[in-house]
Amino acid sequence: MITSDFDMELKLLLEAIYHKYHYDFRDYAMVSLHRRTEQALIKFGCSTVSQLQDLVLRTPTALTELLRYFTVQVSEMFRDPSYYRSLREEVVPLLKTYPSLKVWIAGCSTGEEFTSLAILFREEGLLDRTLFYATDINPEALRIAQTGVYALDRIAGFSDNYRAAGGKVSLSDYYTADYGAARFDRSLRSQVIFSDHSLATDSVFSEVHLVSCRNVLIYFNRTLQDRAVGLFHDALVRKGFLGLGSKESLRFCSRADAFIELVHKDRIYQRR
Amino acid sequence: MRAASTYSANAIDVVLIGASAGGVEALGAILPQLPSAFRPALVAVMHLPPDRPSLLPEIFGPRCAIPVKEAEDKEPIAAGTIYFAPPGYHLQIESDRTFVLSADDPVQFSRPSIDVLFETASWVLGSSALGILLTGANADGARGIQALHRAGAATWIQDPRTAMVTTMPEAALSLTPSSEVMTLAQIAARLTEMKEG
Repeated sequence: MITSDFDMELKLLLEAIYHKYHYDFRDYAMVSLHRRTEQALIKFGCSTVSQLQDLVLRTPTALTELLRYFTVQVSEMFRDPSYYRSLREEVVPLLKTYPSLKVWIAGCSTGEEFTSLAILFREEGLLDRTLFYATDINPEALRIAQTGVYALDRIAGFSDNYRAAGGKVSLSDYYTADYGAARFDRSLRSQVIFSDHSLATDSVFSEVHLVSCRNVLIYFNRTLQDRAVGLFHDALVRKGFLGLGSKESLRFCSRADAFIELVHKDRIYQRR
Repeated sequence: MRAASTYSANAIDVVLIGASAGGVEALGAILPQLPSAFRPALVAVMHLPPDRPSLLPEIFGPRCAIPVKEAEDKEPIAAGTIYFAPPGYHLQIESDRTFVLSADDPVQFSRPSIDVLFETASWVLGSSALGILLTGANADGARGIQALHRAGAATWIQDPRTAMVTTMPEAALSLTPSSEVMTLAQIAARLTEMKEG
């Protein structure tokens, strides 16, 4: 295995961030962090990762900035519409049999996935009996998620996705537009707790019926993937559901046997 | 920096191919020619719409003598196999020679991006990689070819005069003029030499 100077310095940076700030990126997929770190070096005007480490250790605001590179995932509402369609058709009918529900959106970033699920749950008459936990490690992303405000120029794409996902009305029924922004209805956020939670260092906090964790596991190495899937398994009720990103799977995961594949093409699993 | 003359067919473990407009036809002139004893892994990025299945494995699988599949996250790269990048994701190579997907922003308006595959491959594979860039209508792949070349990998570029769309091979040649310029038939012939025994 070739370890370049860059990757060696990057590993040292991750150790430093862990010891000083307790953010643990040490088991993230190195190649993705490598690319993002190259972008961060340009932004910070550093010529080496060691220089960046020096800066981050001495300037907490630089850490906030760097977190943006390491964590923020720009998502879309109803990304991969067929995922939401399958939730509606295959999972919702089973969720309707529970008197109350808990849903965990792990790695919620700026909240697009949460807002999509809240709309879907409202349309299926489930929102009032559901408690959502939307978690992420990036406080800045959580703050944006809490506002439910998205740039208006993104809405056309969101609306296309919503229709393709089997939306029952028009997406514009759920937001008001002003000053270039779409503000989603406050009532969609009446049933959610946004919270700081790390799949790398924290543990299970509640029993849930559905975990939706999309395009998060691809950023982890196999060790951390196993840890995260272990948390999902321990959080889920028996026969609870796990939804992943459209190109993620449990195939290379040690806990794969603890789940059955419910909808293969949309990566929806059910706990045994 | 190593010159292309250090190239040795036996040293190549991973062949990387990038193509865009006209790419399906171009790959059609190469992949079905590969013999069942083809030794390296072959990893291809084709620009495609992000929101539907690529069908590339379905198109090429029946026409090829070696296995063809879509690359999966954390999958170890196996010799003698053709992999396509999944639509809507960047395909990267990790230092333990597994694939890692990312949903990061498009590069050169493209996701998957050829630059991303080639650059990450240059970090871990060095001279055991071979980079090939074919027809296409944007500059994706040019920086990747340059990174591979600097890492000691051989780089082959489709002769722009024979490419359906010349932008992509021309952009790569202007950044890395010492790449070998070849026709599709020459590329196919040279690849078929890379076999067991």
